[in-house]
Amino acid sequence: MSPSLEEPEPVQDVIDNPLKARPQLVAPEPEHCPGPESEKAGQADSCAGCPNQAICASAPKGPDPDLPLIAARLAGVQHKVLVLSGKGGVGKSTFTTLLAHAFATDESRTVGIMDTDICGPSIPKMMGVEDETIHISNSGWSPVWVTDNLGVMSIQFMLPNRDDAVIWRGPKKNGLIKKFLKEVEWGDMDFLLVDTPPGTSDEHLSVNSLLKGSGIDGAIMVTTPQEVSLLDVRKEIDFCRKAGIKVLGLVENMSGFVCPKCTHESQIFRATTGGGAALAKEMGIPFLGEVPLDPRIGMACDYGESFFDHYPDSPAYKALRRVVKGLAKQIGEEVLPDD
Amino acid sequence: MSLARIKHIVLVLSGKGGVGKSSITTQLALSLSLSGHSVGVLDVDLTGPSMPRMFNIEDAKVTQAPGGWLPVPVHVANPEKGVGELRCMSLGFLLRGRGDAVVWRGPKKTAMIRQFLSDVLWGEMDYLLIDTPPGTSDEHISLAETLLKEAKPGQLAGAVIVTTPQAVATADVKKELNFCVKTRIPVIGVIENMAGFVCPNCAECTDIFGKGGGQVMAKDFDVPFLGRIPIDPQFVMLIETGRRPEYPQGTVINGEDFSKALQKGSGSSTGEVTKEASLLAEKYRGCSLEPIFREITQDIVTAVE
Repeated sequence: MSPSLEEPEPVQDVIDNPLKARPQLVAPEPEHCPGPESEKAGQADSCAGCPNQAICASAPKGPDPDLPLIAARLAGVQHKVLVLSGKGGVGKSTFTTLLAHAFATDESRTVGIMDTDICGPSIPKMMGVEDETIHISNSGWSPVWVTDNLGVMSIQFMLPNRDDAVIWRGPKKNGLIKKFLKEVEWGDMDFLLVDTPPGTSDEHLSVNSLLKGSGIDGAIMVTTPQEVSLLDVRKEIDFCRKAGIKVLGLVENMSGFVCPKCTHESQIFRATTGGGAALAKEMGIPFLGEVPLDPRIGMACDYGESFFDHYPDSPAYKALRRVVKGLAKQIGEEVLPDD
Repeated sequence: MSLARIKHIVLVLSGKGGVGKSSITTQLALSLSLSGHSVGVLDVDLTGPSMPRMFNIEDAKVTQAPGGWLPVPVHVANPEKGVGELRCMSLGFLLRGRGDAVVWRGPKKTAMIRQFLSDVLWGEMDYLLIDTPPGTSDEHISLAETLLKEAKPGQLAGAVIVTTPQAVATADVKKELNFCVKTRIPVIGVIENMAGFVCPNCAECTDIFGKGGGQVMAKDFDVPFLGRIPIDPQFVMLIETGRRPEYPQGTVINGEDFSKALQKGSGSSTGEVTKEASLLAEKYRGCSLEPIFREITQDIVTAVE
């Protein structure tokens, strides 16, 4: 077989195609399948001879009938913010939980977290609610409440055993994300934070296409200082541009580590190319600040505690506070008032 | 299949992102090559390929030959010094701009991975290391399906599982171990990365991301524990800028004096900065992590051969 790198599908096409009810296929998708949900389903060159052709061709085209239902569910949610990064392990989930705790310090506000990392959900552990399950009633699924004004939804709550692997391909993951939006009683909420897995694939496309109708405030990007990480984050910003998601700002995590013994500061993940600040400038997006590495943040996550409530004197807390305030300003809100 | 003449295939997996899969893959590849094996690295992280950056061959392009794609050479074999050939294949080489997003849904990724496994002309080779994205989804299912169906008996040596010590990471990595159990991919062992950071000023070791989580997990799942890798900013610098690792006077690791490593190399006084990829393996010999990986590599080689 001679090699071929076929011209990739136009990115715009993939982004614009909202998800539809998936046709019931009778055979696995062939290589170069345009996607059973796409506009070209059943009509592309590669569809000729595929046993699914007739099924795909007759599948409903046009806007997803579930979109109005989702918009109705989320009608009471004021702000929807995505937490994104092309790179894994830079602190998306950690940052999501910190942000949620910070917003929730004001008891009159309600905050929700939707964990769309299907294969590696971290939010329940970081929030200390790993062993909870979801309650399903006639009116829908209720989120797990960490405090009176902080609710969480994650696939982790649905697994029979804590360590079960979720071996799912894209369409199944999309189906669950849709359920999180359509079935969950988010109710009246000031902030809904959407934590995402690394990359620019199914989860991100689904969240974008499903939330578009009800309005996304924008996305906050998390990175670490070194170029290996910035490289992937650059791709994620490119994705946001193409999908029309506003980038609310970039935050640099793990910037420098202060030795607890001699207070010498080390640049563990050295910013050899200027770090987050330079990338933000290059891409023309707001830079929200740098958060230093503090082992206590990781520890708070492991034990499901709020770093925000426990260590208000640390430099990391002060940096985080600045970032949270900066982000809130971007969406026209005022949080963490100065005492 | 283009994998026919490869002796051993090793997957590098982790449920969690950013734990150092790519940097572990890089070091395993360098270490295997330095011990005389011919090595190929296949990067199947389609939406965030890191291997081209790791090997400093970002500008390289893949050449087509009759019957397939030619992998990009990192360095050629040097039988005199006992160094094996090292080559790499990544989606990163096929992208137009380095900042371009790859916005692909599952079926497209599946097709690409099948093509990567069938159309790359590796030829005769000792080890193929496959670097993966985090998770247990399309890429992993496709890899497992294709390899389990088409690899010769014994060719798929198994998976090296990478984690960091903290519980948030091992929680995800346990899912990956269960993925291996379900798909019957043998687990070669667990590596605990980012275990401790030694302050270059006062030599105090801080466990930034906790300690021991990987070892406990390996024990719980009854799989071998291959070792613990500390954070070494000098390795990060080597990858980021190509600077030869430098250590303060008197840095002794496992009885080897690393402060002298500078003179051991090409004789230049302070950390020379050349971005030439062919020297990467040579410079890596002066990195404090090299002896640790030499041992891990020996364990892996013993386990699979």
